[in-house]
Formats: sequence, structure tokens, C-alpha cells
Amino acid sequence: MVVPNSSRIAPWRQTYWDWRAAGNFIFGGTGTGTLIYAAVVPGAPPVLGPLGAAFVLCGLLCVWFEIGRPWRALNVFRRPRSSWMSREALIAPWLIATGMLALVPRLAELRVLAGVLALAYLYCQARMLNAARGIPAWRHPRAVPLMVVTGLAEGAGVGVLVGTLAPPAIVAAAWLAWPLAGLIALRIAAVVAYRGGLQRDGAPQRLLRELSREAPKRLIVDACALVAALAQFVWPRGTVPIDVAAVLAVAAGWWWKHTIVVRLSYNQGFALPLTPVRGAGVSGPGARPGW
Amino acid sequence: MTRYVMVVDLGRCTGCQTCTAACKHANGTPPGVQWRRVLDIETGVFPNVRRTFVPVSCMHCGSPPCLDVCPTGATYQRDDGRVAINYDVCIGCAYCAVACPYQQRFKVQHAQFAYGEQPTAAEERQFDPAKLGVSTKCTFCSDRIDRARETGQVPGIDPDVTPACVNSCIGSALHFGDRDDPKSNVSTLLRENRHFRMHEELGTDPGIYYLTEKDG
Repeated sequence: MVVPNSSRIAPWRQTYWDWRAAGNFIFGGTGTGTLIYAAVVPGAPPVLGPLGAAFVLCGLLCVWFEIGRPWRALNVFRRPRSSWMSREALIAPWLIATGMLALVPRLAELRVLAGVLALAYLYCQARMLNAARGIPAWRHPRAVPLMVVTGLAEGAGVGVLVGTLAPPAIVAAAWLAWPLAGLIALRIAAVVAYRGGLQRDGAPQRLLRELSREAPKRLIVDACALVAALAQFVWPRGTVPIDVAAVLAVAAGWWWKHTIVVRLSYNQGFALPLTPVRGAGVSGPGARPGW
Repeated sequence: MTRYVMVVDLGRCTGCQTCTAACKHANGTPPGVQWRRVLDIETGVFPNVRRTFVPVSCMHCGSPPCLDVCPTGATYQRDDGRVAINYDVCIGCAYCAVACPYQQRFKVQHAQFAYGEQPTAAEERQFDPAKLGVSTKCTFCSDRIDRARETGQVPGIDPDVTPACVNSCIGSALHFGDRDDPKSNVSTLLRENRHFRMHEELGTDPGIYYLTEKDG
């Protein structure tokens, strides 16, 4: 048994990245997902381009409010050779520009370029989280596919909502339900794999307890989204089921990312492979408080 | 090459926190920010219990996770292995703080003093507005180490060019020197004692070694 004698030996929740950092992942993921959806789904509403770009911009604004020296923000571009944050920042202006310009009818083909840039941006975001080696919940390799797939699911949710609610409504709602349902199912699989990976590879006890407490709630929302998307096939005349699925897909994604960035962000804590000899005797067994 | 490292003899550390106080005195860190602290870890079940005092600070890793993630280039590695921060370039994104597996990065947004809004004379003397809103950490007392190049003194041997925490240690638990010099104090200690480095499995190549017992 290990008894920490003073505070802050066992892993504790980091406080440097709060809801503002989570906002970058939330809006950035949804925005890039929306742009990817606009690029790959035939007949997607043109407004998705600027909408996706606006989401990404919102995410960047969240980060801007978080950094300690906002007027030096342009320094973020200086180390793309190793930093995923620099890479993300370098893609951002091109992504936002192409997303906005895709609204212009003559430049509609820019949506494909915006989609490619959005995919790169989304991947950068996932790797950015993963490169934070001090946070076990983020550095786990399965966090990367989870972040990517949830961004895609959220984007599909926004795309479906805009497609069915904004005139002219897309009538082929049943067709749209397939990719949305597929991405929600993929996210459920990614969450289960992520949770299993953390449990198998070891993580702070408090993180695992929090994950065990929170994951079922979010998975229920995802399951409801999946059922609603599939219900579209037996409700061919309206778009209510797929709209509900889309809202839930976006909401669950945002909830997940806030959970991962803010609530599961327990740090590494401290560890001793051995305890030392004091005076006489031999080394004792090690200690890893909180693991 | 030179690689400055610190060696901590865990069997000698008494947990007196003098190094913590010396660090605060030397670097003027604000309340709540401890570039160096001593962990107090109890292990075992009565009657087989142990109490271990573990001084921790920035590990000045050979492969620093904080360096790779820094988007600005503010975090850099010197040719003698020390990891440093350029406060004029740092944007305070705290990416390095979440990348450090030793929890040794700090960020303070507003000036804080020990006794309210008015700084003490020492705090006033050491206050540096460049450190607000940016990431800070232990520098291995870099101003002292840098002085060694001018004076020809040896860090870890001559107190003038040795980190304040090492100078202050009452139990000779802390040692500082060049690991790449086979004749240095730290190389000798590492040769003669069993040792480990914290979280080595994360591939950080940390620059603080902990001695546990005499070899052989």
C-alpha cells in the first residue's frame, strides 16, 4: 500500500488547458468535419464551407483567449518541424480562406481543397493532443483515431442538419443516414477501444474511475444517435429521425472532447522504481502513488 | 561534449526543504510556484514502512517533450544539455506544461507576492514582468553556470557557479556536474552507486539521477 504523505504526488488534474483549449478541439473538430463532409458528399449545401471555416475560427479564438501572451500569437508559426500546434496553425489560414471562398459559385471546387486541408488540420489536432506526453489520457495512441472519428461524426451531423433544415432541403435523407450512422458507430468503437487501451496499458486510478463513471453516459447518447439515424430508414417521409441523430452526434462529440481535454487530463504524477537504503540494509520496493 | 546533470542521493536527503527555500530565494518565484520541491512519500504497510524524500525539479531531459511540442521555439536546448526558455518569444500556450511528465512547468498570469499586493524588498528586486503569462521552470541557475565559462571555475565544484539548491543542501544529497566527463563528481557517483531516473520509460532521457545504494 502506498500512502502519499503530502498533496501532489499522485496524479492530479492539470489546469493549464481548460474549456478554452477544449473549445479549440470542439470547434476545430466540428469545423473540419463539416468541411470534409462538404467536400465528399455530392450536393452538399455550399454554405457548409463558410460554416466549417467559422467553426475553426471560433476554436482558434478560444485558444487565443487562453494563451498568456495573445499579442505574440503569430510566434506560433515558428516551429513546424516538430510541433503539431505550429502545423495546425500553418494550415489554419488556408483552410479558413478556402472554406470561405467555396461559397462563391465560380470557386465552388475549392471545397475539395478545403476538405483536404480540413483533414490535415483534424489530424494535426489529434496528434497535438497525443504529443502531450505528460497526460496519460492524451498520449495514448488510441486517442488519435478517437479525435479524428469524432470530428468526422460531428461534421456529418452539421452537414446533415444544414442539408435537411436549410432550403432547399435534401430529400434523400435516408441516403444521408448511412454515413452518419457509420461514423457514429465508428465513434462508439473508437471510444470502447480507447477505454480498453487505457485500462490495459495502465493509467492513473482517478482517470480510470472518472472514465468508468463518465463513458457510459456518453455512450448512451451515441447509442441514441445511432438508433435515430437508423430509424430514418423506417421513416422515409420526414427528416426528424436523422435530424435528431445529427444533433446527438454533434452534442456527444462536444461532450466527449470536453471530457477528454478537461476532465480526464490527469498528469503523470511521480514514481520511484526503488526506495533507497537509509543507513543500513538494502533498497526497498518502489512506489507509484495513484497508479 | 558536456551534459550537465544533477545527482540526488536519496539516502542522504532529510526532506528539510532547504533546497526549496534556496531556489525561491535565488529565483524569486511567486507564491505557489516551486521550481524545486521535495516530495515526501510513505510506502509499505506497518511495521514495514519507509519514508523517502525525493527532490524534484525540471529534469533538463536529453529528449525533452516540452521542446518538441513548443510551437514558438521559445523552449530550446543548450549545447550542454540544459533546457531553457526564451521569455520574449513564449506565447504562454502551456503546451509544454501538459507535455512535461514531471509537472515542472509553471505559468503565472498576474504578479503575485507573498504578503498581498505589495512586494517585499527581495521580491521587488527580483520581479521580472517578462515572466508573466509565459512558461517558467528551473534553469539549473543558468546565470551561475554561464559564469563558469568566463571564470574558468567548475560547476558542481565551485559554489559560485553551482545551482543554489546544490549549494544549500545540508546533507550533501545534491550534486551537480558534467556527466560526460568521466572524472567529474557526478560520473564517479553514478559509477559507484545504483541509480535510476524517474519516468525513464517515457523516453525523455532525464538529467536528474537518483542514487539508491552503493554498488557491490
